[in-house]
Amino acid sequence: MNAIEIHNLNKTYTTGTKALDDMTFTVNAGDFFGLLGANGAGKTTLIGILTGLVRTTSGTASIFDHDIITDPVHAKMSIGVVPQEFNFNIFEKVIDVLVTQAGYFGVPRKKALAKAERLLRDLDIWEKHNVPSRTLSGGMKRRLMIARALMHEPALLILDEPTAGVDIEMRRSMWKYLRELNNTGTTILLTTHNLEEAEQLCKNLAIIKQGRIIQQGSVSSLLSALEKRVYIISTAKGDEEITISKGGDLYALLQTYHARNIVVSDIRPKENRLEQLYMSLQ
Amino acid sequence: MKLPHYLISLQSIVRTEIIRFTRIWSQTLLPPVITQSLYFIIFGGFIGSQISDIKGVSYMAFLVPGLIMMGVINGAFQNVVSSVFGAKFMHSIEELLVSPTPNWVILFGYTLGGVLRGLLVGIIIFGVSAVFVHPQINHPWIVLLFALLTSTIFALGGFLNGIFAKKFDDVAIFPIFVLTPLTYFGGVFYSIDLLPSFWQTISKLNPILYIVDGFRYGFYSIADVPIFSSVIALLIFIVILSVINLTLLKKGVGMKQ
Ligand SMILES: Nc1ncnc2c1ncn2[C@@H]1O[C@H](COP(=O)(O)OP(=O)(O)O)[C@@H](O)[C@H]1O
Ligand SMILES: [Mg+2]
Repeated sequence: MNAIEIHNLNKTYTTGTKALDDMTFTVNAGDFFGLLGANGAGKTTLIGILTGLVRTTSGTASIFDHDIITDPVHAKMSIGVVPQEFNFNIFEKVIDVLVTQAGYFGVPRKKALAKAERLLRDLDIWEKHNVPSRTLSGGMKRRLMIARALMHEPALLILDEPTAGVDIEMRRSMWKYLRELNNTGTTILLTTHNLEEAEQLCKNLAIIKQGRIIQQGSVSSLLSALEKRVYIISTAKGDEEITISKGGDLYALLQTYHARNIVVSDIRPKENRLEQLYMSLQ
Repeated sequence: MKLPHYLISLQSIVRTEIIRFTRIWSQTLLPPVITQSLYFIIFGGFIGSQISDIKGVSYMAFLVPGLIMMGVINGAFQNVVSSVFGAKFMHSIEELLVSPTPNWVILFGYTLGGVLRGLLVGIIIFGVSAVFVHPQINHPWIVLLFALLTSTIFALGGFLNGIFAKKFDDVAIFPIFVLTPLTYFGGVFYSIDLLPSFWQTISKLNPILYIVDGFRYGFYSIADVPIFSSVIALLIFIVILSVINLTLLKKGVGMKQ
């Protein structure tokens, strides 16, 4: 079963901005899927649509086979979302933020209190459970939102740039936590514009630019493609494309032409689409 | 989600609302006590002593139901409009919108929050009034019915205002320019019998007149207009406001992009 299935999804805001442009992709159950893209690429819009905060212009999306428009209750039950911006009530106590959110998902109060304690302890902010949420540090607020997303034990966790503005140590511990969560069966969709994060965490990736998926595949295949260089070599017989993996020896290659008495008149790197992408993401 | 889930969700919304308005009691519960006490002292005490009884009731006693209703109306309306706007402003409304909670539960929850604050304010003002005049309630059920219907209407009105509110000013416009004038002209301070017939006719276009009048009937068995038609009118208002709110919620107006 697919955790997420998106077909020809379009979103044009009332301002006229086309944020999603005919997007189609799927995320398998159990995957740790990364959505990589620069600011303004459309990541948050896509998450908004999946979670019911943004209306679609056209196209369909489903979560574990539940269409988000025709069966929103089941679709929403399966999702826990950690948004990009803080969006809890800053006057509420930490514990109330969690228990209230669980209540919205139908989790009884007693059960929610126990679950909240477990999550806050796991995420190392239990000592703050009784303070107003506005008094937490940035990293703690982020962890509060992760805990909140997990209160109803969703099968799919969606995180929108969860480590933006989080210090390195905290980032590593969050990565560890997410990896363990994924290992125990939770499907994860994570957006980031940080390649290291994508490489560290994700199994599969889609690179999104201006609302379109421009590249997708397993992290290893995308990365190996990134590390190859393609050269165009011109000889009397015409142009020839050759690929050299990173660390490969261009000089040794030219020697083989020489040995065959072929005169190389020009050699130039072919522009590497992925590398350009990679660069444009930084 | 099944019905028990919805009830848990409803409970969460209402609980959050109660925690909110009791936490900021100095902004929600204290002001009506102070203003209404001033009305009792100045209008009821200083001025009222110069005014003859209205339909056999002392002016101070005549004021009680109207002043309570003023508090109920404002309390219910303010609670919902500021809570909905606050949730939009902080984006915490998203916690509800990403959840499977259906729109009717959201509307019901916020409305109930407003009703509870309205009733609480009403009870407090009634308590204050007992300092000034011996309490008398001839028809408790009518008093309760009018308090419930009225707070429901204005809680729903507050929700509607909250949906459209984009900035803090938008929260205050309706209460200042519509609610307050209608309340003052709604027979809180006088019986419309005292007005020339032209102004009596104009006054009858004011919905708050029926509310205050019916409520006062519950206290002293005196009324300017028939109770039954007022109740029907209030029920119709509730249905209309609910339908409008639910339609807007379904469209995501003011909430979804
Ligand atoms: N509420 C909105 N109204 C109008 N345009 C928006 C809104 N939200 C986002 N956009 C625009 O849509 C595009 C995609 O934005 P977003 O989904 O936030 O991208 P990302 O999360 O990848 O940075 C951007 O051009 C952004 O300016
Ligand atoms: Mg974003």
